[in-house]
Amino acid sequence: MSTEQEEAADGAADAQQTEIESVQSPGDRRRAEKHARMQVTEEERAATEAAAEETTHLKVFRFDPEVPEKEEPRFDDFHVPYVQGMTALDALIYARDEFDSSLTFRHSCRQAVCGSDALFINGSQRLACKTQLSALDEPVRIEPLPHQDVVKDLVVDMEHFYDQMEAVEPYMQSEEFPEGELEEQRQSPENREKIKMATRCIWCGACMSSCNIAAGDNEYLGPAAINKAYRFAMDEREEEEIKEHRLRIMEQEHGVWRCQTQFSCTEVCPKDIPLTEHIQELKREAVKSNLKFW
Amino acid sequence: MTVHEHDVIVVGAGGAGLRAAIAAHEEGADVAMVSKLHPVRSHTGAAEGGINAALREGDDWELHAYDTMKGSDYLGDAPAVETLAQDAPQEVIDLEHWGMPFSREEDGTVSQRPFGGLSFARTTYAGAETGHHMLHTMYEQVVKRGIPVYDEWYVTRLAVTDEPDPADRTCTGVVGYEIRTGEVAGFRARNGVVLATGGPGQAFDHTTNAVSCTGDGQAMAYRAGVPLEDMEFVQFHPTTLPSTGVLISEGVRGEGGILYNSEGERFMFEYGYANNEGELASRDVVSRAELTEVNEGRGVEDEYVYLDMRHLGEERISDRLENIVHLAEDFEGVNAYEEPMPVKPGQHYEMGGIETNENGATVVDGLYAAGECACASVHGANRLGGNALPELLVFGARAGRHAANPERADAKLETGRTDEAEPEEDLGAPVEPGAVDAPSEDVSADGGAVESEDVLVDAIHQERERIDGLLERDDGVNHAEIRAEVQQTMTENVNVFREKESIKQALRDIRDARKRYQDVAVSDPSRTYNTDLIHTIETRNIIDAAETIALGALARDEFRGAHWRAEHQERKDDEWLKHTLVSWDDGRPDLWYKPVDLQGQNKVYEPKERSY
Repeated sequence: MSTEQEEAADGAADAQQTEIESVQSPGDRRRAEKHARMQVTEEERAATEAAAEETTHLKVFRFDPEVPEKEEPRFDDFHVPYVQGMTALDALIYARDEFDSSLTFRHSCRQAVCGSDALFINGSQRLACKTQLSALDEPVRIEPLPHQDVVKDLVVDMEHFYDQMEAVEPYMQSEEFPEGELEEQRQSPENREKIKMATRCIWCGACMSSCNIAAGDNEYLGPAAINKAYRFAMDEREEEEIKEHRLRIMEQEHGVWRCQTQFSCTEVCPKDIPLTEHIQELKREAVKSNLKFW
Repeated sequence: MTVHEHDVIVVGAGGAGLRAAIAAHEEGADVAMVSKLHPVRSHTGAAEGGINAALREGDDWELHAYDTMKGSDYLGDAPAVETLAQDAPQEVIDLEHWGMPFSREEDGTVSQRPFGGLSFARTTYAGAETGHHMLHTMYEQVVKRGIPVYDEWYVTRLAVTDEPDPADRTCTGVVGYEIRTGEVAGFRARNGVVLATGGPGQAFDHTTNAVSCTGDGQAMAYRAGVPLEDMEFVQFHPTTLPSTGVLISEGVRGEGGILYNSEGERFMFEYGYANNEGELASRDVVSRAELTEVNEGRGVEDEYVYLDMRHLGEERISDRLENIVHLAEDFEGVNAYEEPMPVKPGQHYEMGGIETNENGATVVDGLYAAGECACASVHGANRLGGNALPELLVFGARAGRHAANPERADAKLETGRTDEAEPEEDLGAPVEPGAVDAPSEDVSADGGAVESEDVLVDAIHQERERIDGLLERDDGVNHAEIRAEVQQTMTENVNVFREKESIKQALRDIRDARKRYQDVAVSDPSRTYNTDLIHTIETRNIIDAAETIALGALARDEFRGAHWRAEHQERKDDEWLKHTLVSWDDGRPDLWYKPVDLQGQNKVYEPKERSY
């Protein structure tokens, strides 16, 4: 038995013991017994899989405030058979469907547009669906996004992130429309190009999680929300006074000036949005607009 | 017991749901959205192509309607198709006014580009990320209007009265399960419920659809007695990545990408699948060609073929197909500059759905549907690229307006069951057992057996009981096994190629899955974010959707649009200018027909040979 297998086996045995100690009602006991049965099967499966030539070793963060054996955060080991092209998300799905159906994480589109599976993988914020296992060192360590409250396993509370996004009035406020029926506003291709990268944000929260400032200042709007403001402030379809209004929001105490240009947001953004650059540009715009008023 | 009350409840917060909510709000209604995902996570965000709308001189709605009728292989209903073509331009302009970052011409107007099957370059777009921008732009409008969103609330049941005839039933609200806390609560709709829950792509094991596309709205409406229409028409896209189903845009072949088999042969020409168009033949033709290669032993690893764009040169690839390089790298681990990409056909879009009229109304009072889950019948047997997004805008808006104000004309669907009876031939499909799950003897699974005055309150009780039952059951079958069984048999037997015996096999497997589902159990006992439970409930919906697809496919013994049958290699207009409808009746599926409506405002659309 390899060290890894021993670890997996020990982990399973520990889990079994904890469960039996915490049994209270008959329903709980049935569940615990069932869980124990599942653990044995998993152990066997893990051993079989580990014996196969190509497997990937995952260490996955587990926590559930409601289930006695998961109240104490821990890491579980999974050995997932590897095939070329496999992503971290594929591996998690395999582990869930084959080994432990209670393993919990968000995911939906599997193609990097829904933004729901941002996780902390080998020490970096990434979308699990677009992270190839072949690019990672083993064991692959998968954790929930740092600096967010963990709801369960890999699922974090996104409410604060959503609140910050909404705090910047994230909607078009233009009120001057062309007169003709079925007439669109005009926007130059250059202007569209200017805001293009900013409009690619998928609200995954990776940037916010990677930002040291956001970690220390809960009120800081954060890179995603500022980028959203940038997307509108730079859109020529909005009138000048609305842009001024947007810059005032950016200038508030917990706005753009909190950014210390550490570039962590830019580094982790799965859509390659130059977030730090956008924040810097809004700083410059804010200064220019203030000079204008003097 | 918590009951949230609003005028209009919109279930699902993708494109159709957001548009419906905005329309209901503009109509003055107190509207709320309930969605199992946060709105920006919805699958509309994955749409790439564009939005067809006759905006410019030289084009008009009648041309758009004609193209769409022809594309549908004359199985679209003319009133709905003409409504789509007429309303689409205003919808695109509204989106623009809301800030949608459309691609632009030099003069600042919205760009349009050519798309397959269109007689005019009428597809408006925002890069190759049109759906993403549309989703976010509309969600921004929902935020602006302060419309409440209950996100990560999974709607599991409709509250519908239990009159014997579905046409006499009324929908008064829905029951939701809060994923975060495990709370079951009611949502009462004073005026109407709009279902906008997307398609059932997860009935297949290889799909471009998100894992959340499990046909929830279709299955719930179906069990409440609303017919599902034309479910056999499933669009398969020929170029998806084998390991994930991620879509490789038609743009690759448009730019000159080549398909070849394991022998290195350019099979579209070598084997005569499409001697003129080659790789650019229509989606169904290319999909069939690829699978034929695999079936005849010329596939790679018995599974896929190659799509090669290396010869286009690095510069052209970077300029026009950059996104494809990222997709191949991120999702398949392939460097598309240096290697050909593996591709195979994948489920892409469900043409059929909940039967509605052009106002989104179903046969049940107070229940509306829009978007991919619905079938106003604009796509018929085949959807043209660029018509899915205007569909969800146009019918989302109309459903929202009518749900907010049922006094509007023609809100109620007049059709529903017609005299055109069941198929003469015995479909050879055993139908028991009916109910997929029955938490207690008193509860039937089709929305019936309600005795109390308050249908919603009863529905809440029944859902609580069902969920408790699933969580407390000691031992049983895991949903993942059942789901995989359904997905595999659908992919094997009701895929691009269909023949009578294999469709019957699929029905047997689906019914076996239905039986096994009676013993399904949830291993995770937690009330906190229990995805094991959510997937278990979804699996039941997948079973229902898959069964209606297979039943429709078995009944329709002709070759029309995306529906290919080994034994029937021709379109049979004499017999088959009609829609299949499947309704859930007395604990079993019941299949019947209604004629297609080819009568437009100014003309009748006469079926013609479909050639491009």
